[in-house]
Amino acid sequence: MGKITEEMVRHVAYLSRLEFNDEQIKNFTKQLNNILEYMDKLNELDTSNVEPTSHSVNITNVFREDRVEQPLSVEDALANAPEKEADCFKVPKIIHEY
Amino acid sequence: MNLAEMTAMQLKELLAKGQTSCREIMESVLDEINRREPEVQAFISIRDREELLAEAEAVDQRRQKGEAVGVLAGLPVAIKDNICTKGIPTTCASRMLANFVPPYEATIVERIRAADGIILGKTNMDEFAMGSSTENSAMKITRNPHNPEYVPGGTSGGSAAAVAANETILAIGSDTGGSIRQPAAFCGVVGMKPTYGRVSRYGLIAYGSSLDQIGTITKDVQDTALLLSVIAGHDPKDSTCINAEVPDYLQETKTTKPLRIGVPKEYFGPGLDEEVRKSVENAIELLKEDGHTLDSISLPHTEYAVPAYYIIACAEASSNLARYDGCQYGFRSPGDDNIIDMFTHTRTQGFGEEVKRRIMLGTYALSAGYYDAYYLKAARVRTLIARDFKAAFESYDLVLHPIAPTPAFKIGENIDDPLKMYLGDIYSVIANLVGIPAITVPCGWTSNHLPIGVQLAAKPLDEPTLLSAAYRLESLLHKSGLLTRP
Repeated sequence: MGKITEEMVRHVAYLSRLEFNDEQIKNFTKQLNNILEYMDKLNELDTSNVEPTSHSVNITNVFREDRVEQPLSVEDALANAPEKEADCFKVPKIIHEY
Repeated sequence: MNLAEMTAMQLKELLAKGQTSCREIMESVLDEINRREPEVQAFISIRDREELLAEAEAVDQRRQKGEAVGVLAGLPVAIKDNICTKGIPTTCASRMLANFVPPYEATIVERIRAADGIILGKTNMDEFAMGSSTENSAMKITRNPHNPEYVPGGTSGGSAAAVAANETILAIGSDTGGSIRQPAAFCGVVGMKPTYGRVSRYGLIAYGSSLDQIGTITKDVQDTALLLSVIAGHDPKDSTCINAEVPDYLQETKTTKPLRIGVPKEYFGPGLDEEVRKSVENAIELLKEDGHTLDSISLPHTEYAVPAYYIIACAEASSNLARYDGCQYGFRSPGDDNIIDMFTHTRTQGFGEEVKRRIMLGTYALSAGYYDAYYLKAARVRTLIARDFKAAFESYDLVLHPIAPTPAFKIGENIDDPLKMYLGDIYSVIANLVGIPAITVPCGWTSNHLPIGVQLAAKPLDEPTLLSAAYRLESLLHKSGLLTRP
């Protein structure tokens, strides 16, 4: 694989909703390149006919009875909220006027 | 010997004979905490002394009245701080969750309480269970009880150090790539990662969901069997939890039979510390003399485990940690009037450096154009690694090898070199990639008095064979004198 550039690191930071200063971006670019270079070792293996494993135990479609149980109370669910108002989680404006 | 130094099984016997009380045990453990904790720093939070003593007394009173008590009757259990405890802060050793108080209980905590175990407190760890030394905690640095200049290992470093320093009788950890077994080995105690799905993860704060497993850290193998018997079993709240009967692990531990054990040659290559090699070879000799068959075998894809593991773990982490957005719980950066800014500032200030590094790596590995080259490739290599083991288990009951290439390293020694830190996980990540149960038992000491551990791994759900072999090895090592601290 090609090398990861500072510009790509900035884009990945944006996707991750993380912010770094110029020096941190430089540092990350160097470290990520080192790590990714090591990970390229996997390309030594031919895996074209190998199925991927996403999970080590073969469990699919786990069902249980559809029973009404006691959910968390609104009070408990909101107890850790950074900000709340009228039984709701309060967040900054999502829709802005332009 | 004071009570805090004893194993859970020894204490249960004294309690059954009326030779001690749960209150006395709790007092002894709290005394050890007062004595050792200022140096070791194993706990993030410890419950109120009076509350703990009252709970211990309540168990004593029930026993005196002749009422039935649970199998953990009044014994203190330390819980890693990434497992939710209702009403007790659960921080994941992160600024992000510094003030988080779970409104619900993890299933394993419910089970421990139902067995009359007493939750002692919450132990230190690498932030969000990412690291190999517990140095990535945003809360404090835990020190190895055998030498304070050395790390206790990680990420369950607090739980391992607490058991080794007699600051608890039993402890719970979590293991995504060796996070129970490596610190247990570094601290000279027994650590077990059960089969993926054997123990419910409901209430475990997720890191790498296809790898994470809750397990035990104890003073010996019998205590491991005891604690595993309490926490194992099906849980409808965790859809990845296997619905299979739980054997009587304590009984199984005591059965002995001649075993066929494979020793993978790839685990003894360059990079393995000489003292670790020698110590593990001693364990191999003892098992041979005891009549077991030990053969050198090959697991040819071993060298690809670390790169495959870090791609998969980081990819899963990047999506699991997307939930920390400052909306419903946890830290929120104040003062933003735009929600994207709030997300970004919250995550930038709330996460530590290693967590950010793994989110970045994982996001990159999953991003458009790179998914096939990294994530999918790693998932295919995971299949090849699993096939290696499947083949080995056709001829062998168990696989034995060192758990880490070195003993504990000095605090600060590897912290600036993330790749070097990752490579230290070379022997431990495979059990998680394959989903098999694995246990480490102490097998000797280095010349500078640090413990060395050896790992045994078994087929999925074959904890009975694993525990009986580990118990046998432990007693052989005791008899040989190799476990006597130099």
